[in-house]
Amino acid sequence: MSSTPESLADFEHFVEQAVSKQLLRFFTAGSVDDGKSTLIGRLLYDAQAVYEDQLADVRKNTSVEGASAIDFAQLTDGLRAEREQGITIDVAYRFFSTVKRQFIIADTPGHEQYTRNMATGASTASLAVILIDARKGVLPQSRRHAFIASLLGVNHMVVAVNKMDLVEFSEQRFEEIRDHFSSFAALLQIKDICFVPISALHGDNIVHRSERMPWYSGPNLLGHLESVHIASDRNLTEMRFPVQYVIRTEDGFRGYAGYLASGILRLGDKVTILPSRATSYIKSLHAHGKEVEQVFPPMAVTVTLSDDVDVSRGAMLVHPLHAPRVAHTVDIRLVWMSERMLDLTSSFLIKHTTQTVRGNVRHVRYRVNINTLEKEPADHLALNDIGAVTLECQQPLFCDTYKRNAATGSMVLIDPITNETVGAGMITGIQADNLQLASDGSAGQPLSRQERVARRRHYPAVLWVGNNYHLQRELERMLFERGCLVHAIDEPIAPEYAAQLVGILSSAGLISIWSSLALGSAELENAVQMAENSTFILADDAVDPGSEPVAISVCKLLEDRGILFPPD
Amino acid sequence: MNQAALNHLQALEAESIHIFREVAAECRKPVLLYSIGKDSSVMVRLAQKAFAPGRIPFPLLHIDTTYKFPEMIEFRDRFCREIGVQLIVHTNRRAIDDGANPHRLGTRACCGLLKTRALLDALEAGGFDAAFGGARRDEEKSRAKERILSFRDRFGQWDPKNQRPELWNLYNCRVNQGESIRVFPLSNWTEFDIWLYVYVENIPVVPLYFAQQRRVIQRGKALVLADHGDVLPWENPTLASCRMRSLGCVPCSGAIYSDAATVPDIIREILAFRRSERENRVIDYDQEGSMELKKREGYF
Repeated sequence: MSSTPESLADFEHFVEQAVSKQLLRFFTAGSVDDGKSTLIGRLLYDAQAVYEDQLADVRKNTSVEGASAIDFAQLTDGLRAEREQGITIDVAYRFFSTVKRQFIIADTPGHEQYTRNMATGASTASLAVILIDARKGVLPQSRRHAFIASLLGVNHMVVAVNKMDLVEFSEQRFEEIRDHFSSFAALLQIKDICFVPISALHGDNIVHRSERMPWYSGPNLLGHLESVHIASDRNLTEMRFPVQYVIRTEDGFRGYAGYLASGILRLGDKVTILPSRATSYIKSLHAHGKEVEQVFPPMAVTVTLSDDVDVSRGAMLVHPLHAPRVAHTVDIRLVWMSERMLDLTSSFLIKHTTQTVRGNVRHVRYRVNINTLEKEPADHLALNDIGAVTLECQQPLFCDTYKRNAATGSMVLIDPITNETVGAGMITGIQADNLQLASDGSAGQPLSRQERVARRRHYPAVLWVGNNYHLQRELERMLFERGCLVHAIDEPIAPEYAAQLVGILSSAGLISIWSSLALGSAELENAVQMAENSTFILADDAVDPGSEPVAISVCKLLEDRGILFPPD
Repeated sequence: MNQAALNHLQALEAESIHIFREVAAECRKPVLLYSIGKDSSVMVRLAQKAFAPGRIPFPLLHIDTTYKFPEMIEFRDRFCREIGVQLIVHTNRRAIDDGANPHRLGTRACCGLLKTRALLDALEAGGFDAAFGGARRDEEKSRAKERILSFRDRFGQWDPKNQRPELWNLYNCRVNQGESIRVFPLSNWTEFDIWLYVYVENIPVVPLYFAQQRRVIQRGKALVLADHGDVLPWENPTLASCRMRSLGCVPCSGAIYSDAATVPDIIREILAFRRSERENRVIDYDQEGSMELKKREGYF
């Protein structure tokens, strides 16, 4: 903690600094006896987050066993039941801060029966600290911890190889463990992993560089936690505002309160309201006690709309062109948390954003063996199993995949009789509802350009690749795989028909890829201008790709020009 | 304000507001447990922000043991009048009439009757199915594992092994008839955050938090304010600059020696002086793991 500010001016400055710190939430996981409690006790102690009387308390407790030093583990072991069993049995939250950041640790127990606790701790964390005992190496539990972190979308991971003092601070041992873990982690697509050799008991590489491991040149643990770049994991392009509470006053104010789940919302923005699909405009925005012009996640917001439309809790305001899917049937990854088994007879209340709907399992697709990551056939799930199921809801969900948007892709399952929370679900697939005439008044209305764009997630465009026919085919395949409407044109087109053809292709919402065999670039650009409903793009404008395939840099160019929406 | 990142105090504020709204939307009849302390003041401010420009859509409930400092009661009445909320005051009259006090019963039995029992009775009498409390996870070890929504059975009891998993911000507010939840919107705040927020938001708190010259008696570990409690014949009060770090009942709340007369002073003091705030509460010491025992019985 920083030094004590003396004057009032100093104090103002100090408050400004204290308030502007970023918050980092991380969770810690380790197997029994990996020294996790010791590590957390050490972090709290070294960051001076432990109070004198708490230290005295711990000294009192440890003296019974005759230990002379501080038992760091005892700083964090709270409940009687766990003290009696000598293991942590529940998620505990700890707090400390440094000059740079404020931290919340979710301390989660490691053994198998507590998968649900780890999922709980991971659900609100941006980073995972996985502890490995240097003597034991990567255990099945370590793999499970990494898997759960990746399942919950935790993108940053620190692997703390502990008890280095018991393996003579061996570089070779550290590298073995690093290589072993890395080969497993590669399967999980974790974006950022940092390995740190430590001794929690002696404080090596925790807040100070260890002199006993001169071969290690990376950051110490706290240094890394303070500086790791946590890019905003929130989706900032696709606005989703689940309405949580309707605020009314005697003088006629009617505002919709909630937290902004994703995207940016500005004064005057046009919004679509689900499920009615009515549209309106943002008339005012209130956040954190002030009237503001724009809001971003995860702000607590109250909005008013310019029209008198029907909006209640459970409705969702969304970006008109980047709407979520509206579906009754979703595929989810499910962490099962109840002692009662899940099977096809199970029915639930599903809490998703601010809606609670009834639903049931239509199909158990598989169970994941969390030690091998293999999918095993299954017709039920037991406590602490992780599986994949298809869920059918009685009312539609306004949802995205979890990977694309954690706020609209997550749900909890509640037992309708006991009210227990029995499962945590992450949406992996969204099934189209059965064919039917729309009941919202859109039946028989012509398809608009906006609707096509929202469905296909791209605008129409006309792309000219010159005589690079290979690139033309590569791009056609790549865009198709991405779900785009795309067509390569390489037969000669009469210039006088070009504008009409471009007009038709573009009103269908298509991206057409033209080679010089079809038409010259100047004539094509002219045709696009006449058609007035598309954008002309030269593949040559893509930046020099370096080592990257040209087709990829052209796709990036299409993203930069706003033709393609960002991928899932 | 940064382009697209909240600072840590705003992030905590957003989380608390979300919790208030969620419980107000899903529960049938919530109530805010108001204990007059700084955490309660912060809770009320957050609730105001959550429902502005509307009113706070639930009443405040104060469990009055009749052993509170007079300054607290005065502050309570003025504060509630000024912000225009409904205040319910509940006292376990019968126990008081039977002569319940900490000197006679010991702190454990006294809290049991005047706080825990009184609270459960008041919740039942009001038919409340959700009660907001200002407890924070950093206060005491057993609270580090408390959920934000803590489920209580028909007897108001807390079972640490039978709490609902809490994932993302999807809070399960459902209870059956007779059951209730305690809701802790300040779970992730620290004492330092609370004072920082009091300062930044200019939130009024009871003057007992600020140091001034007061007559005190040293009783064992605790420093007792002589003008509020009973002075025993052999005790000799002395004058000292002191303040309360947390507020409770007169017999069980100790003061600390301090010169911190303003909020900035207090924040400076917290930085320099590392003692957890509950240390001055006698009740946490009466038995090893005592707060956990009280919670199992229904105390906050």
